Amino acid sequence: MARKRLIQAINDALHEEMARDPKVILFGEDVEISMFGDTAGLHERFGPDRVRNTPISEASLTGMAVGAATSGYRVVLHMMFANFIYTGFDAIANQMAKLRLMTGGQIELPITIVAGYGGGRSTAAQHSDTPYPLLMNLGGLNVAVPATPRDAKGLMKTAIRGRDPTVFLEAGGRGGESGEVPDEEYLTPFGEAAVGREGTDVTIVAIGSMVRPAMRAAKQLDGQGISAEVLDCRTLVPLDEDGILRSVAKTGRLVVVDEARDRCSAASHIAAVVAERGFASLAAPIRRLTVPDTAMPYAPAAEKHLLPNPEKIVVAVSALMAGSAN
Amino acid sequence: MPQDSDRTLPNRVPTNGQLLSMFERMLTIRRFEERLGEDFHAGKLPGGVHLYIGQEAVAVGVCAHLDDRDRITSTHRGHGHFIAKGGDPKPMVAEIYGKRDGICGGMGGSMHVADVSKGILGANGIVAGGIPIAAGAALAAQLDGNGRVVVCFFGDGAANEGVLMESMNIAALWQLPLIFVCEHNGFSEFSPSDTVTAGEIRERARPFGMPAELVDGNDLVAVWRAADTAVDRARTGQGPSFIEAATYRIRGHLEAEAHFLSRSYRSEEEVERWRRNDPIDRLSGHLLSSEICSEAEISAIEAKIGEAVEEAAAFAEASDLPDADRAPALMFAGGPAEAA
Repeated sequence: MARKRLIQAINDALHEEMARDPKVILFGEDVEISMFGDTAGLHERFGPDRVRNTPISEASLTGMAVGAATSGYRVVLHMMFANFIYTGFDAIANQMAKLRLMTGGQIELPITIVAGYGGGRSTAAQHSDTPYPLLMNLGGLNVAVPATPRDAKGLMKTAIRGRDPTVFLEAGGRGGESGEVPDEEYLTPFGEAAVGREGTDVTIVAIGSMVRPAMRAAKQLDGQGISAEVLDCRTLVPLDEDGILRSVAKTGRLVVVDEARDRCSAASHIAAVVAERGFASLAAPIRRLTVPDTAMPYAPAAEKHLLPNPEKIVVAVSALMAGSAN
Repeated sequence: MPQDSDRTLPNRVPTNGQLLSMFERMLTIRRFEERLGEDFHAGKLPGGVHLYIGQEAVAVGVCAHLDDRDRITSTHRGHGHFIAKGGDPKPMVAEIYGKRDGICGGMGGSMHVADVSKGILGANGIVAGGIPIAAGAALAAQLDGNGRVVVCFFGDGAANEGVLMESMNIAALWQLPLIFVCEHNGFSEFSPSDTVTAGEIRERARPFGMPAELVDGNDLVAVWRAADTAVDRARTGQGPSFIEAATYRIRGHLEAEAHFLSRSYRSEEEVERWRRNDPIDRLSGHLLSSEICSEAEISAIEAKIGEAVEEAAAFAEASDLPDADRAPALMFAGGPAEAA
């Protein structure tokens, strides 16, 4: 075990996978100098054929990822900030997510799109966006949202070795969270939520950067005599529906914490799944903690006001417990 | 046309045998598409078709230089590229019928016919959508270093998509083995080109240092020769080229258009003028006047293609529908990744 930051764990995964398989190539804007640090050292180690800077041309880059992937390469496309996915969205939505179906299964598209997402760093409305609800809805993409360095490494390796496109979103502000990372080789499976903390009274499902505040809230709730179970989705597509339902069957209550805007958020989808498949388990209404349907403001106070945090989670869970106790 | 004089470029012409085989390929495209047009109007096709009729010399003249390892991307008007690149028209027709035996299992339809085993990465419903895919395939070809090349076919409408500029820049910057083939067929869907396009399209390639050439797209030999030079450049590591082929879309943007357009967007005289410039008629005229083949040989080719068309249509009609629930399983190649 070694203690690492999330961004370092991702960097380790990229180094290991590129060393393991010469067909893994990586390109994107400024990947050689590496703004976030996740691609640091790759260019020097693997050379300009396999790791290269590109022009700022997202519309072409996403299409190129498809073209190279149809030709036997495993492509890692670094898109820097997740809102640049919108700039390159055509080939993601119209080609990457659909080409396998359209060709009747003739092709596999081993593509990993990497981008940093989310608010909390005063990067203002565009660079703070959380685009996974949109990506989940396309149908043909895996969506990985790691919360811990351990999972970031394992999910990245799974994505790169996979046969399908994956959007890998790093909540990597200032290098992300720190945590223990095993020294030995491991892969983190897609579609299996991690139990961050076991509990019996309420299930808190958290996504990506919301896992840490959820864990903190659970600790505070424990002090109030409320036993909260925290589930970290790890991947939104595939989603561990059974794991979430099992937890809700045990606790009878569900709070979903999501940094996406409320309308059609991942939390909305998870709530719908539980309402449809786990209604009988519920002792209280499902509660979603999301960001209001607004763009993220720049000023720290205004930004902080919108984002879910441990205090808001504690308030929501406490209210839920009080309500359902009636 | 400006070309770098310090490069050794081929100055070949097609052999008689090649001409004859390209004639057959062009006629194959024409007759299959005429049949698809009829089938559409007879209500036999579940979706629409965009026909390539009148542009056959471009696809055939370019693809004559390619083999199965080479790759192409195509457009919504993709049947011609599919057949020119060696795709089997029989499962193509079945695909357009929406049948199980279609080349894409009935999941793609006319706008997405693809045969990856033949290097046909697919027709595409997105104007310019194939261009960056081709650039990515060209990057892969360059990394493989085995002389494979990639051709992206697109129309004058696609030339107004920004992704062309992005992709030309990258292709030139990295000297990718990529040939941009712009089929200037006169229309962006229903808008005449001169109402939506400024300047000369091929001129857009030159600032990137890319050789760009204008050819008569209805002259098979002219297309063949331009493509010969461009493919040779790409195969020998001399980077991308741009070919603008001036041609004309004889049929509409799509076959259904008469049912919903309130007025015509072109004159019958204009269409007639281009009919007299038909690439297949021009080639057959040349074959006959140069005594490369006889009328009887052409009739024999016609008869052979006619039989193939009938056979394909019968095959498509007889094929079963795909399983209605097939789509979900096709979205992903396979859940979790392979084990290490």
